[in-house]
Amino acid sequence: MNLQGKVHKFANDVNTDYIISGRHKFKTLDMKELARHVMEDLDPDFYSKVTPGDFIVAGSNFGCGSSREQAPMAIIYADISAVIAKSFARIFYRNCINTGLPLIECDTDGIDAGDKLEIDLSAGVLHNLSKGTDIPITPLPAVMLKILNDGGLVEHFKKYGGFNFD
Amino acid sequence: MGKTIAEKILSNKSGQNCRANDIVIADLDFVMAQDGTSGLAIQAFEEMQAKKVFDPQRVAMVIDHSSPSPLAGVSALHKQIRVFANEQDINLYDIGNGVCHQLVPEQGHVVPGDLVIGADSHTCTYGAINVFSTGVGSTDMAAGMVSGKLWFKVPETIKFIINGKLPAGVYSKDLILYLIGDVTADGATYRAAEYVGEAISNLSIDARFTISNMAIEMGAKCGLMEADQKTFDWVKEHSQREFTPVKADPDAVYAWIKEYNVSNLEPQIAKPHTVDNVAPISEVAGIPIQQGVIGTCTNGRIEDLRIAAAILKGKKVNRHTRLIVAPSSRQTMIQAMREGLIEIFMESGAAVVTPGCGPCVGTHNGVPSDGENVISTANRNFKGRMGNPTSFIYLGSPASVAASVIYGKITDPREFIK
Ligand code: SF4
Repeated sequence: MNLQGKVHKFANDVNTDYIISGRHKFKTLDMKELARHVMEDLDPDFYSKVTPGDFIVAGSNFGCGSSREQAPMAIIYADISAVIAKSFARIFYRNCINTGLPLIECDTDGIDAGDKLEIDLSAGVLHNLSKGTDIPITPLPAVMLKILNDGGLVEHFKKYGGFNFD
Repeated sequence: MGKTIAEKILSNKSGQNCRANDIVIADLDFVMAQDGTSGLAIQAFEEMQAKKVFDPQRVAMVIDHSSPSPLAGVSALHKQIRVFANEQDINLYDIGNGVCHQLVPEQGHVVPGDLVIGADSHTCTYGAINVFSTGVGSTDMAAGMVSGKLWFKVPETIKFIINGKLPAGVYSKDLILYLIGDVTADGATYRAAEYVGEAISNLSIDARFTISNMAIEMGAKCGLMEADQKTFDWVKEHSQREFTPVKADPDAVYAWIKEYNVSNLEPQIAKPHTVDNVAPISEVAGIPIQQGVIGTCTNGRIEDLRIAAAILKGKKVNRHTRLIVAPSSRQTMIQAMREGLIEIFMESGAAVVTPGCGPCVGTHNGVPSDGENVISTANRNFKGRMGNPTSFIYLGSPASVAASVIYGKITDPREFIK
């Protein structure tokens, strides 16, 4: 899987309420509507700045807080192709793989807002095209890669009727 | 190189000789959701185009969070759960049965060595009886219902060695609050916790559940204990199932090890608005309290009710304070009635409500007013947790809550303990 896009940069400890505020998440199950409010408490214009394929880049502990799956879903529907951070909160991490949102763990200090990146998930490397640097990424285990390639756990189960990693 | 409890249970259930950070697909022994999470799980189940759950006996849905229903919208959700449960013939615990985390072990669904998921973050509770149990989201819950399996990243483990003897008037709740205050709310993220030592062995199973229940409040994936004779006796009393307990190897590898001595521990209180904002009770004594809560999956068990009733016996709840008691299950409530505890609570002026989550999560049963202070035996004191973001929640043991509602201010329970 190869991904290309530009960077929207955030700090450490972005919690699920910042990703999609409780004000919105109980109002509707319409993910396109929810997506309009992604990250709005940190950057009110975030949604309108995104070009399809762009990345969210952050520091450590991204996605801490509640277990709501609306958080990764809303990011996906905002046309973000992957989240890149130093580390992720556990339940959020699971929910992203399961809903089909690629997560990349790596050192994000050398990545700035507006940088253009290209990510080669299977080779385990992130090219910062703007800076001409290569950043090694923790490769995703085969199981997660397969679930992501199938488009998430629901699609994986639809296809195989259960887990299938042969 | 030896293995931790988490590594052993996940190896057994996946058939793979796994270590921390490996990814495995493992067989689940039990799968649970509550009324706040069942709806999305049922939706994902249907999207997966599944027809039947993998084994109806191993799936439960519990209507405990808003129970009985306070609103028509919630009633619709409850109805959806009842319809699904009847179609699939799974275990359904409808209103009045109690809190999910009391029912799952009490009804004998889980035994030592099991691997369990629940669509509720406090599913880690069953670690007290040597079960690897952890909270998940609704797609995971659906995958578990369909296949009886789930993928896991094997966690590293943190070992807590608890030496010494808890003094009179100091309980397992004080102990776990102290640990959370020490390691902080994300100190154990991604990891499993193992609790060992003399102070843990001395605890009853009821008291151990309180500790494992709050493992998530330090970020842990599960809060595991070894099984001893007390565990075996308790499990055999509640379950017919055969089981194989799992011990950590002496040379198991840990992320880190922390050692404590609790012989001089004071009662502990978590102050608003985070669970790791912990202080000894002497620092907060005297703060006025408008509402007390005894109950929840943390401290609503029979032993908790006995401790609180012993303090409240023959006394009255302060006229500026109210007390809500929510027994953790129907069985707990019946037992409390037999022992005369419910009578003590009612005579003291308490409101005894339906077994279940009670006012814990702010959906019903005692939402505090603006600016009010609450002292509760629950596990979370986040802003707005009980339904009003302008109220303040303090967490403590059942004894600390009972003592505090008598005086209408935070009170050290040791003055009531002879
Ligand atoms: S009692 Fe509170 S913490 Fe426990 S399951 Fe219910 S709402 Fe959650």
